[in-house]
Amino acid sequence: MVLDEKVVIDARGIHYTPLNELIRQAVEDGATEIVLKNVLGQRFIADALKADVCIEIYGVPGGDLGMFMSGPVCIVHGNCEHAPGNTMDDGKIIIHGSTGDAAAHSMRGGKIFVRDYIGYRGGIHMKEYDQKKPILVIGKSAHSFLGEYMAGGLIILLGIDQKGPYFERGIGSGIHGGRIVIRGTVDDRYLGVGARKMELNENMLCEIHSLVKEFCNYFNIDDKPLMDNDYTVIGPSSSRPFAGKYTWE
Amino acid sequence: MSLGSVPLKYRIDIDRDQCMRCMRCVENCSYGVFRNEEGKLILNSRKCTACHRCISMCPRDAISLKERPVDYRSHSLWTGEAREDIINQSRTGKILLAGMGNAKEYPVIFDRLVLDACQVTNPSIDPLREPMELRTHIGKKPPRLEFKKNEDGDVDLITELAPNLELETPIMIGHMSYGAISLNAQRSIAKAVSKVGTFMGTGEGGLHESIYPYQDNMIVQVASGRFGVDINYLDRGAAIEIKIGQGAKPGIGGHLPGEKVCSDVSCTRMIPLGSDAISPAPHHDIYSIEDLAQLVRGLKEATQWKKPVFVKVAAVHNVAAIAAGIARSSADAVVIDGFRGGTGAAPKVFRDNVGIPIEAAIASVDRKLNEQGIRNEISIIASGGIRNSADIAKSIALGADAVYIGTAALIAMGCRVCGSCYRGLCPWGIATQREDLVKRLDIDSGSRQVANLIHAWTYELSELMGAAGINSIESLRGNRERLRGYMLDEGSLDVLQIKPIGA
Ligand code: SF4
Ligand code: SF4
Repeated sequence: MVLDEKVVIDARGIHYTPLNELIRQAVEDGATEIVLKNVLGQRFIADALKADVCIEIYGVPGGDLGMFMSGPVCIVHGNCEHAPGNTMDDGKIIIHGSTGDAAAHSMRGGKIFVRDYIGYRGGIHMKEYDQKKPILVIGKSAHSFLGEYMAGGLIILLGIDQKGPYFERGIGSGIHGGRIVIRGTVDDRYLGVGARKMELNENMLCEIHSLVKEFCNYFNIDDKPLMDNDYTVIGPSSSRPFAGKYTWE
Repeated sequence: MSLGSVPLKYRIDIDRDQCMRCMRCVENCSYGVFRNEEGKLILNSRKCTACHRCISMCPRDAISLKERPVDYRSHSLWTGEAREDIINQSRTGKILLAGMGNAKEYPVIFDRLVLDACQVTNPSIDPLREPMELRTHIGKKPPRLEFKKNEDGDVDLITELAPNLELETPIMIGHMSYGAISLNAQRSIAKAVSKVGTFMGTGEGGLHESIYPYQDNMIVQVASGRFGVDINYLDRGAAIEIKIGQGAKPGIGGHLPGEKVCSDVSCTRMIPLGSDAISPAPHHDIYSIEDLAQLVRGLKEATQWKKPVFVKVAAVHNVAAIAAGIARSSADAVVIDGFRGGTGAAPKVFRDNVGIPIEAAIASVDRKLNEQGIRNEISIIASGGIRNSADIAKSIALGADAVYIGTAALIAMGCRVCGSCYRGLCPWGIATQREDLVKRLDIDSGSRQVANLIHAWTYELSELMGAAGINSIESLRGNRERLRGYMLDEGSLDVLQIKPIGA
């Protein structure tokens, strides 16, 4: 096994299955860094990959980047299609750009950092369990239904360069676990069903600050303006949102 | 309360001359019907669910049970049930939940289909003497095979074959999750299917460690909540099933109430203790057939295209078109769940009114796939209300490749279809997580009984086939010529593509 091996793969014109085979092969051969060049819409990159490897992606990866992934770090130099980190288990995805809808869908561990924007339903179904807590940090903004059906984990939305407070509908609708943290104030009418505002405590602020630092570090952004306590925390009004809806025969 | 109480659902009576006051009924009833007050047996019939645990344990046959002991003024429209549902909902203002499958008296199509047998002109086959092929392969079949002559003069197959599941019998056990049923129930079924050489579904509850020894016989389910789904889970299963819908409640999601999420269930599903496990109706990454294909391929890519992927849908009006779409999504099998499919709990209005019977769904899906020339692309697994081997033979003759049974397997472990699974107090140790109750279900006997049932039905199936002069399940599949409809209307006969009796 060769340590610290860097492997460069030119993805031009390669279908996703052989591309993933090349990645798996490189990992098996001991690569610790893989550079994918000319990526253009290949889906499922690093799908279910279990490894300690850093994958630098140049171009635009297709949907479901890092699906079921457990361990690798994917750095995307560009935008991303929908649902990066779908049901991801562990590892990191760092996106120097924006992503489509359902980012971090059902993610159960690891971290995703998106420099700019995400689409609708970001962080839907994220869930935490035991030591595993998924984290999604978004630099600029997100479309509606952020953190829908969320059952655990943490979403932070920083609102960088945005004029005025966050104004997308249905934040955390159906949320029954986890927290959504939004920079600045949030008008109550943007909260989804089952979501409510919560107190920002010391521990939470500490966690936010450390994630903000990590975020700014990846994207070379000055963290100072973000290190105050101007954050709104949103969580579930109950861990049993449907408990009162039914009666038995 | 101005509404007062409604009459008893069941009345329990004790034949005091027979009773020996052994108090077994007191110990066995988890619903609290019986009380021992200083040696005197006291009853509270209102708590009875008709689970029959006491009756089956009483050494003296001293217990009797009567359903609806109090009459209402008879009325064929305003049944007692209709009246009581209204009383309940006017009291609570809530959605009515009910257990087990569709309980409405729709005609059962299976009971209006008759099978064929040989007489004189073509001989029947004796399955005792002649080989009967019941082995079933689930998955894609190539449209044609290509061969090449090799240097030694032999021929080699050059067509690449898609992964298939090999079943010794066309009977599998459907998805019942750990959480919905107890671990002992799941382990009993797992042990049975691995012994028999068939498969079972995990449900959407993840895979408990104690099931790992049977993983080669497990179909792991991926539902919209993605509970318990990680690469370890996908890797362990023999096949993967995406659950889109369920026959007992088409169009709506499921949720396991927080009180059923004990510590062991919580770690298998990978969710916090006591929180509701919510699976909404849609998968939020699937809004079209193209999206479905994306998930199917994502799962295949994750397991390196080594495992078949199934897609389960509820039988609804346009199920045939849906199945045709699924066949084009790279999926290997479509599971159709008819409107009689069982469940722990479903809104009654859905359970009893939404969806179509499995018989019609199988026939129309098989027909549509044949018309489009893609029947080989996908296997059909039928489920929802299959009660005996005749139902299986008829399902296969209508076009199914195999069936899933659910309720029948539970009955084989003790279940009496009381429909109170949602209470979490199943006295048979099946639909409960209460330790003392779970212990009542012995894994060895449970698995023996489930295996017995599959064996018995497999025997009967081979006898039915033999009588019809068919020696391979392949020749029964979609063989509607061997079915006739008895008292079915023309429209139904047309959908089923069968002739009436005597024709
Ligand atoms: S189990 Fe039968 S015999 Fe024993 S106390 Fe109950 S009713 Fe009497
Ligand atoms: S499994 Fe459900 S229906 Fe069957 S006996 Fe137990 S509670 Fe009753």
